[in-house]
Amino acid sequence: MIRVQIPFHLQTLAQTTAEVALDVPAPVTPLSVIRTLESQFPTLRGAIIEHGSNKRRPLIRFFACQQDVSHDSMTTPLPHAIVEGAEPFIILGAIAGG
Amino acid sequence: MSRVRVLAGTKKGAFILTADAERKNWTIDGPFFGGWEIYHVAGSTVNPDRLYASQSSDWFGQIIQRSDDGGKTWQQPGTPPGTPTTTPEGMPIAESNKFVYDTSEETGSPLTTHQWYDGTAHPWEFKRVWHLEPSLTEPDTVYAGVEDAALFISKDGGSNWQELSGLRGNGTGPLWQPGAGGMCLHTILLDKNDPQRLYVAISAAGAFRSDDGGNTWRSITKGLHSPYIPDPTAEIGHCVHRLAMHPTKPDVLFMQKHWDVMRSDNAGDLWHEVSGDLPSDFGFPIAVHAHEPETVYVIPIKSDSEHYPPEGKLRVYRSRQGGDNWEALTNGLPQKDCYVNILRDAMAVDTLDDCGIYFGTTGGQIYCSPDGGDHWHAIVNNLPAVLSVEVQTLP
Repeated sequence: MIRVQIPFHLQTLAQTTAEVALDVPAPVTPLSVIRTLESQFPTLRGAIIEHGSNKRRPLIRFFACQQDVSHDSMTTPLPHAIVEGAEPFIILGAIAGG
Repeated sequence: MSRVRVLAGTKKGAFILTADAERKNWTIDGPFFGGWEIYHVAGSTVNPDRLYASQSSDWFGQIIQRSDDGGKTWQQPGTPPGTPTTTPEGMPIAESNKFVYDTSEETGSPLTTHQWYDGTAHPWEFKRVWHLEPSLTEPDTVYAGVEDAALFISKDGGSNWQELSGLRGNGTGPLWQPGAGGMCLHTILLDKNDPQRLYVAISAAGAFRSDDGGNTWRSITKGLHSPYIPDPTAEIGHCVHRLAMHPTKPDVLFMQKHWDVMRSDNAGDLWHEVSGDLPSDFGFPIAVHAHEPETVYVIPIKSDSEHYPPEGKLRVYRSRQGGDNWEALTNGLPQKDCYVNILRDAMAVDTLDDCGIYFGTTGGQIYCSPDGGDHWHAIVNNLPAVLSVEVQTLP
C-alpha cells in the first residue's frame, strides 16, 4: 500500500485523516497516486491537480523520500521506498514567505 | 413564530446564527469548513433549507458546498462519498468545483485578455467564486459570480457549471481590469418581476444588464464619473462595489461605487449621485429596507486607502428619501477607536415586519438591528474576518 500524507485543508475536505493508505496500480507515479486518491476521495478532485489544465496547483508541493519532486514529471516513477510503503508520499501546501 | 437564520462567510470558515423574531438570543453554529475562506453562503428563497457555500483557498482552489437541511450537513454536489466519479464510458459525472470558461466555437467567446493593473493585457484565469445567487423560482438553479470576472450558472443544484459567456464576450471584456481585491464579479441581482432580467457588477469594469436571461449583456454605466480612470465617464473601468434593488421597484437601483453613492430610476440606463451629506461616499455594501423601497443603508469608509470608518466611529447611514439626505445610526455601535472594514457582501436585511439589518466586519463582529437601524447589538464579537452576511427569514 502507498502511504499518502495530505494537508489539513484536504483532510477536512475529504473528511479523513492525515495519512491514508492507497492501493495504487503500477507504475506508481505522482499522477497515479493522486488519481487513486481522487478516486477514493472524490471531493479532492480539482484541489490538487487543476481542472482544465491538469497541472499541479501552483501552491502545492510533492515530497518523496526527503526530496522535492514537485517539478518532476507527474509520470516519473516514485522511489522504491514509496512503492513499498516504507516512506510516505507527502502532499503539502507551500509556505509562501514568513 | 418566525425566525431568522444568518449565514456568515469568514476568512476561516462559515457560521450560522439563528434567533427567533425578537432577534435577541442567538445560537451560533460553526465553524463549518474550518480553515477555509468562505466568500459567500446563500439560501434559496424557493427552498430555504437549500444552502450553497463558496469555499476556497489560494492553495487548494474552489469548492462548492451544498446543504439540503439548513446547514446541518453539507456535501459537494455531484461528488457524494462512495459514488463513482465517472460514467462507465469514463466521462466525469459531476464536478461541482469545475469552473471552466466557455471558449467553444458554438456558444463561447474567445478567451481573450483583460487588462492587468498596469494596463497590459492579461489572460483570463479562474480564481474563486465570490458570490452565489440562487434562482428566485428554481431551487436547483444558482448563479455564480467569479474571479476573473465571469458569470456561471448551474441548473442541477451546483453539480455542473456553465459560463454565461455572453457577458464576458459582450465586446468590452478586453477593457475590464481588476480592482484592489481582484477582477471579481461580486453582485448578481435577479428581477422578481421579469425572469429575463439580470444585473451584475464587476470590479473594476462596471455594471451590466441582461434582458434575455443572461445570453446577451450591455453595460449600464451612463452617469457614472470616476476620476481614477483616464476618461472619468468611460463606458468601462468604473469600480462598482455593490448594487441593491427593492423587489417591488425593480427599475430603481442603488449603487455603492468606489467613491459615490448612485441611483438609477430606469434600470441602470442613467445614474445620478445621491451621496448627499454622507461623511464619506466611499464604502462597500449598500442595502434597501425590506418594506420601504426608498429607505437605503450604507456604511461610509474613510477612503480608498484608509479602509475604516471616519473618525473611528462605526456608523450606518440611512436615507429614507432614496438618497441625498442621510442620518447616522449609532445606537449600540462603537463610537470611538473602531477601525474595521465592512466588505461588499457583508450587509443584509431580513423581511420580518420590523425589518432587521445585519452587517459583519473584518474585526469579526456581526451586528444586528431588529428595528430598521435604530438600535444595534453585536450577535457575536470574535469571529474571523467576516467576508459575507446573508439572512433568511423563516416561518
